[in-house]
Amino acid sequence: MATDLYTHPDYFNMDDLLTDEHKLIRDTARAWVKKEVSPIIDEHYENATFPMHILSGLGEIGAFGPYIPTKYGGPELDQISYGLIMQELERCDSGLRSTASVQSSLVMYPIWKYGSEEQKMKYLPKLATGEMIGCFGLTEPDHGSNPAGMITNFKDMGDHYLLNGAKMWISNAPFADIAVVWAKNEEGRIHGLVVERGMEGFSTPEMHGKLSLRASATGELIFENVKVPKENLLPGRSGLGAPLSCLDSARFGIAWGALGAAMDCYDQALRYSKERTQFNVPIGSFQLIQKKLAEMITEITKAQLLTFRLGQLRNEGKATSAQISMAKRNNVEIALNIAREARQIHGGMGITSEYSMMRHMANLESVVTYEGTHDIHLLITGMDVTGIPAFTREMPDLNK
Amino acid sequence: MKILVCISKSPDTTSKIAFTEGNTKFDENGVQYIVNPYDEWYALVRGLELKEALGGTVTTITVGTAADDATIRKALAIGADNAVRVDAEATDAYQVASEIAAYAKDKGFDLVLTGKETINYNGSQVAGMIAEELELPFVSLATKLNVEGTTAKLDKEIVGGVETVEAQLPLVVSCAKGMAEQRIPNMRGIMAARTKPLEVVTPVGGEAMTSFVSFDLPPAKSAVKLIDPENMDELVELLHNEAKVL
Ligand SMILES: Cc1cc2nc3c(=O)[nH]c(=O)nc-3n(C[C@H](O)[C@H](O)[C@H](O)COP(=O)(O)OP(=O)(O)OC[C@H]3O[C@@H](n4cnc5c(N)ncnc54)[C@H](O)[C@@H]3O)c2cc1C
Repeated sequence: MATDLYTHPDYFNMDDLLTDEHKLIRDTARAWVKKEVSPIIDEHYENATFPMHILSGLGEIGAFGPYIPTKYGGPELDQISYGLIMQELERCDSGLRSTASVQSSLVMYPIWKYGSEEQKMKYLPKLATGEMIGCFGLTEPDHGSNPAGMITNFKDMGDHYLLNGAKMWISNAPFADIAVVWAKNEEGRIHGLVVERGMEGFSTPEMHGKLSLRASATGELIFENVKVPKENLLPGRSGLGAPLSCLDSARFGIAWGALGAAMDCYDQALRYSKERTQFNVPIGSFQLIQKKLAEMITEITKAQLLTFRLGQLRNEGKATSAQISMAKRNNVEIALNIAREARQIHGGMGITSEYSMMRHMANLESVVTYEGTHDIHLLITGMDVTGIPAFTREMPDLNK
Repeated sequence: MKILVCISKSPDTTSKIAFTEGNTKFDENGVQYIVNPYDEWYALVRGLELKEALGGTVTTITVGTAADDATIRKALAIGADNAVRVDAEATDAYQVASEIAAYAKDKGFDLVLTGKETINYNGSQVAGMIAEELELPFVSLATKLNVEGTTAKLDKEIVGGVETVEAQLPLVVSCAKGMAEQRIPNMRGIMAARTKPLEVVTPVGGEAMTSFVSFDLPPAKSAVKLIDPENMDELVELLHNEAKVL
């Protein structure tokens, strides 16, 4: 990639709403990304490898569990800080943000919220520095949008649990030290268990052939009679609400992150429009290019306002799952549209790795699918406003 | 080793530059400030490296208003131990230098470091004036600085080569590119900066010796003229009469 010149668009002076510390945290994350990740991201994307050497750096800039209390090794920042860090990461690459989201919201969050004091002390400080990496196993080969149907299960064997089943599409799985796994007990109730690498019968084969999120490692989690110590069960909460609350936290980060990808695409498109000359004038002087730019900055500004307000609500503990869902859906959708338009503005150059739009566009196809597909989020909003769930339906009798 | 690092803010390099009050004042509207890069990347970081190697403290000093606290906190997040802000609007190099010198006079600093210039006014004067006020030796535009005992060894780039000089501490140095590498603060630093002392001191009333008459923006870049390679006469003609470089 060419030199990373990113600056964020701020059409409605949103920065005035941030504290000095918010800005310092954001600028720190940005400087770190420009120095450590921007120069190498294309190579990792092309080779489909995760840059393992940046894990400790992610820990240092506070990307792992920004809101985790200091007594568990976190920096105890607010939710807007968390959002800003995710934004800076995804502005560079959605895969980078995915790694940090999973670690923060899907591994550290459940341990912090539902773990025992011993579990918190054992895992959180090491997860915060990146010395230990976690993954989150909810999705199964036959249960994606409908995780409640999961078949991964565990039996109480007296002095331990016996875990069986398989998870699929798991970010960070290939190199994770621990997995927070959601499985049903003998009564069919969902619980979280911390499974550690090295436990007998536990393997994490990497999934290959991804044409999206290539700089993030994705794998399966396979459990064949894995003996899980009883103290590894998360005692604080059970039922589908437990993993769903983690998804709330992760989706919040994605809403900020996807907006970052959109802002990166716009930033480049604006610069290119002023620099690229055709028919003797900068292409930015054509009305059709200006329409694209005007629509992009309008959508970005609306999303910034929505996202900042969501941050305030989340800080106050008042953001509903449905509000978070709307922000995730909206921001990913506008990011996808903006990536496509920005790519067009770049003409042929737009399909090369010299610019990031094409990579963002491919990445966002994962982001629009994971953590609830776009359509599932439409159903969440639909249910929220009508009061009528529309997730399932009776199979019509095709013989009639 | 007691080190004082002078920290000033400067507009982010992407800021739109405009002026108000009849072109006599920089228009701050919508401008984001950063720590002046020469102060941050070279003076502060080299100060911290020396402290880490030899022990001691790094204090930052800024002549400015409460609006400068954000840039001061960043310097603390990068690793300075404490900060001083002389509570006055910075008006010119002499006023700033006399305030800094008045503060530093009886504090026993071994080294006073500044950036070689700020990226907005590019005056490159403050360090020399501080040295004069404190009656200390001064090395400008240093690209390397090492200290052994009470002797400092410095490199500075000169046209076509490098000059190596020696000076006795206490010493004032203005730092140029090459002195150190940018340090990105980490989260521990940002958290620690919340509670590090930022002392606000009353100005001694240092007075400016200069004032701005007006600022003018450079003329807008005109379009590129392409000339047929066969038509050398036209090129020479334009270089003579239009660009006036021949
Ligand atoms: C790169 C990547 C990383 C991932 N990381 C993780 C991870 O770390 N942990 C984890 O647990 N999971 C992870 N996932 C899994 C992800 O959450 C699922 O892919 C997602 O939930 C969708 O499930 P599915 O792929 O089985 O699609 P399906 O659920 O089979 O959906 C297929 C299509 O049907 C639609 N559909 C489904 N149900 C309905 C309905 N009721 N009404 C209307 N339309 C419907 C969907 O919108 C979609 O268009 C990851 C996925 C990807 C691609």
